[in-house]
Amino acid sequence: MKRPALWAVAGLAGLLAACSNDANLSQEGPASVGPEPVLPEQQRGLLPSMNIASPAQWGEQRPTVPRGYVIAAIATDLRIPRQSLVLPNGDILVAEGKGGGAPKLTPKDVIAGYIKAQGNSTVKGGDRLTLLRDGNNDGIYENRSVFAENLNAPYGLALIGNQLYVANQDALVRFDYTEGQTRAIAAPVKVTDLPSQINHHWTKALTASADGRFLYVGIGSNSNITERGMIAEVDRAMVWQVDVQTGAHKPYATGLRNPTALAVQPGTGQLWAVVNERDELGPDVPPDYLTSVREGGFYGWPYSYWGQNVDPRVRPQDPQKVAAAIAPDYALGSHVAALGVAFSTPAMGGEFADGVFVGQRGSWNRDKPVGYKVVFVPFRDGRPAGAAVDFVSGFRGTDGKTRGRPVGVSVDPRGALIVADDLSNTLWRVTPAP
Amino acid sequence: METTADRPRRRPLHPVNAFLVSATVTLFLGALLSDMAYFVSYQVQWTNFASWLIAAGLLFGGVVLVSAAAGLRHADRREGRYLLYGFFLLVAWAVGFINALIHAKDAWAVVPEGLILSAIVFSLAGVAAWLGLFNGRRGDVS
Repeated sequence: MKRPALWAVAGLAGLLAACSNDANLSQEGPASVGPEPVLPEQQRGLLPSMNIASPAQWGEQRPTVPRGYVIAAIATDLRIPRQSLVLPNGDILVAEGKGGGAPKLTPKDVIAGYIKAQGNSTVKGGDRLTLLRDGNNDGIYENRSVFAENLNAPYGLALIGNQLYVANQDALVRFDYTEGQTRAIAAPVKVTDLPSQINHHWTKALTASADGRFLYVGIGSNSNITERGMIAEVDRAMVWQVDVQTGAHKPYATGLRNPTALAVQPGTGQLWAVVNERDELGPDVPPDYLTSVREGGFYGWPYSYWGQNVDPRVRPQDPQKVAAAIAPDYALGSHVAALGVAFSTPAMGGEFADGVFVGQRGSWNRDKPVGYKVVFVPFRDGRPAGAAVDFVSGFRGTDGKTRGRPVGVSVDPRGALIVADDLSNTLWRVTPAP
Repeated sequence: METTADRPRRRPLHPVNAFLVSATVTLFLGALLSDMAYFVSYQVQWTNFASWLIAAGLLFGGVVLVSAAAGLRHADRREGRYLLYGFFLLVAWAVGFINALIHAKDAWAVVPEGLILSAIVFSLAGVAAWLGLFNGRRGDVS
């Protein structure tokens, strides 16, 4: 009589034990930063690790910057600012928007989508470009106008001569621009369609080649790791090279899972990218990265990461592609979610004169949060050299609350770093102290 | 009273319960077949189907489980076969829940654990349905 009940209790206890085992062991910070990161074994518990940002207001607080620098909010109440562009006359353009909307295919998509949304701004994306002007060079951007609106989740921005290019989530468009203009005079002209089916990773990063002949467009994958099928990945996880004159494109480099920001190196003309790597392989593997992008290069996704480290979740596998995969240049740490990259300028001063700034929106699928800051990766002889240092931090306070999430960064050649913050909907400006 | 002259008659499952427990078994069978299709085809849509079928199986199975627990208020059900029925339901649901978590992994990470668990869950649910629906007297279903 009693025996089945006893068995039931014993069985349930065993199941509960099975549920609570192997929950994430490694909780140290990213040991995997730099040119040759340590890549721990893959691990994934029964539940993926998650730690979602708990948003709070800035109040009187401000992000932390190094001694000798000051930070100010130059625009607030934006509508999901993601990327910015400093125009030749010092005006700043901000792309505001929120794309995506990929269909939910599994119960997981429904549940995870809800959970992740808790760490984001509830403001609706602006689908517009805002222009900010500091008329008297006092560091206060007193003039603000809507340069263009009714765009479709604009993200990447680039200026070539008198043409302003905007990468919407579904198309690359262009506006005529003359210096001093505060509002587009006509509707945008389409240069080319961009891959937009599903748009799991919707952001379209953009930068122009040094000679102005080409645009480079970063296009993210349509899944974490092929869970929407291989057909969904046609024309995804790559950087396109677009001919400015004709709109014709070719894949410039492939296997880049989510190239969220691109920048051309001053002097060399070399294209660089920050790329967000795959989830659910462990808290410290694989690292998001900064890399120079080689024409024709294949960087691993989905078959492998950081060179030849095979991802077993992909079927069918492709050993030839794995063998061809290039290891990136510089690991930023796993799950930091790099969404901005910009080359510095001597006017930034001191130890921050030569290198790149990288905006890190911050992790969600890792027990101990990482990212939530802007780091500086120092360069020497045109290559990353040395440890990344925090340049803007304090977005996630010691109280566990998150007041901002830094994304796109751009550098004003007169000596300022512009940081878009898509949680507090603020544009920050960091300058050497006067 | 539900007794006959020779032996006590077992109270049969309510038809709604019979429907629900049958549906649970069928849903878990569908999940197993979908997992098998993914295993041989690499087409991810099959593992998506399996995820939803498992979720539905847990929903139906959860209702069956609650109603089985409620059935314990009848004295004649606090005996071997009915308790065993409840036990198999409970274990099938619990393993099914773990299977749902396994199926929340991306792409091939579901294999092979998901396939194996789907087979186990289907078997456990099948045994539970047998215990619940078979009244011990073939050919004389009351």
